[in-house]
Amino acid sequence: MSLIFTRRAIMLGAGATLAGCDRIARHETVREALFSAENFHKWAQRRLMARDALAREFRPDQISPFFRPNGTSNPNTPEYKALWRSGFADWRLEISGLVNRPLSLSLPQLHQLPQREQITRHDCVEGWSAIGRWRGVPLALLLDAAGMKERARYIVFRCADRMGDGHAYYESIDMIDAFHPQTILAFALNDQPLRVANGAPLRLRVERQLGYKHAKYLMGIEAVEHLSGTGRGKGGYWEDHAGYDWYAGI
Amino acid sequence: MVSAASPAPAPAVPSVVVRHSRVTRLWHWANAVLLYILLASGLGIFNAHPRLYWGPYGANFDHAWLELDRFGPWLTLPAHYDLAMSRHWHLAAAPLFAFALLGYMLWSLGSGHIRRDLAFRRGELAPRHVWQDIFDHARLRFPAGAAALRYNVLQKASYIGIIFIVLPLIILTGLTMSPGMNAAWPWLLDLFGGRQSARSIHFIAAFLLVAFFLVHIVMVLLAGPLNELRSIVTGRYRVPEERP
Repeated sequence: MSLIFTRRAIMLGAGATLAGCDRIARHETVREALFSAENFHKWAQRRLMARDALAREFRPDQISPFFRPNGTSNPNTPEYKALWRSGFADWRLEISGLVNRPLSLSLPQLHQLPQREQITRHDCVEGWSAIGRWRGVPLALLLDAAGMKERARYIVFRCADRMGDGHAYYESIDMIDAFHPQTILAFALNDQPLRVANGAPLRLRVERQLGYKHAKYLMGIEAVEHLSGTGRGKGGYWEDHAGYDWYAGI
Repeated sequence: MVSAASPAPAPAVPSVVVRHSRVTRLWHWANAVLLYILLASGLGIFNAHPRLYWGPYGANFDHAWLELDRFGPWLTLPAHYDLAMSRHWHLAAAPLFAFALLGYMLWSLGSGHIRRDLAFRRGELAPRHVWQDIFDHARLRFPAGAAALRYNVLQKASYIGIIFIVLPLIILTGLTMSPGMNAAWPWLLDLFGGRQSARSIHFIAAFLLVAFFLVHIVMVLLAGPLNELRSIVTGRYRVPEERP
């Protein structure tokens, strides 16, 4: 009896304190304070790491036996299905926005460019990790080919997959990560062309950040000055719709 | 040893002493709040993928050494599943907690707190002495008089273990889970044997802290909760009288 009572009291106590925390978190200033921790972490990490500090690269024997896909596993829209049926022959990557020469690139054209291969670890915000061998074109190469305008500060990625509410997925990174040597647009995973589950035909790898930044099913890249014009202004689908941090190096 | 020939009077022990310094009390209560937030939000984060692995990688198709059900809403922060909010709580509290620990460690070294109160004294680690202490604890015989002013060997061992091993471990394994920190400090990955090992160690260390907390509370209750509580709030501690 008394044991049950104590257990109940502890549960009520814990529940009440947590409910208290929940309530404070609805307060606008507290919310802002909690969300601003992202700025501290971004500032601290960027100061602790060299601009081009590399994410760990692994040995072939450390590759995950099965690479768990993250996010959408099949866009399944009529437009995407049509592209998939043609083996992505009609697919183009559009590079636009604050660039001097907008580009429209086919998959064979991308294959002819210099490539980078890297065995890296993919960390989902949920906590799991998978290691895979990625091959693709360094983003810096494409951005240099398009010629960035002075004002461009962010790169926005537009994707073919639609989320539950019908919005197409989108993400963004700043120039430090866009020009990082390991930031590639990958078309192959573990020596195979990218499968639909992993983001076919092309996906972003931005190795110093969590999985939701690695936009899949790429359709377009846009150089912008501010993130306010994209979605609801926080720079990514999950940032806008679930309150995730824009800086996902944490 | 007091010689039998000339019975020197035992040094007088004042009835009330300042037991804990202001820094210790501040740090104690900051930790109480921060560790509570960190544990509750950490369980919320864990619920996103309640499986633990050893090695550099680990996902649903890999072998997990531990797989749990989700922790209940009365344990997590927020109560409902909200990974983004759990992360905001966790990542806001973590730097405060880490820098507070760093500050407390430096203060403990500089102020002599370690040398005076926590360092083992000659003979304290002798097996006989340790056994005696364990025996006294098991019989719930707590020191009185002058002896009550010093930490006993089990207390010292647990405080040193928490401050210098478990708390740094939980901070460093937390940093190892950050892909940005992996690029900045790749040695963290080598130190803990990969990100998923670090995640497992982080979880184990959290439950070592929970165990410490439970024992800590039981000891406070047994040793006289009001006197103990007063000493960690105001610093003032009433010295238990020597048993006749």
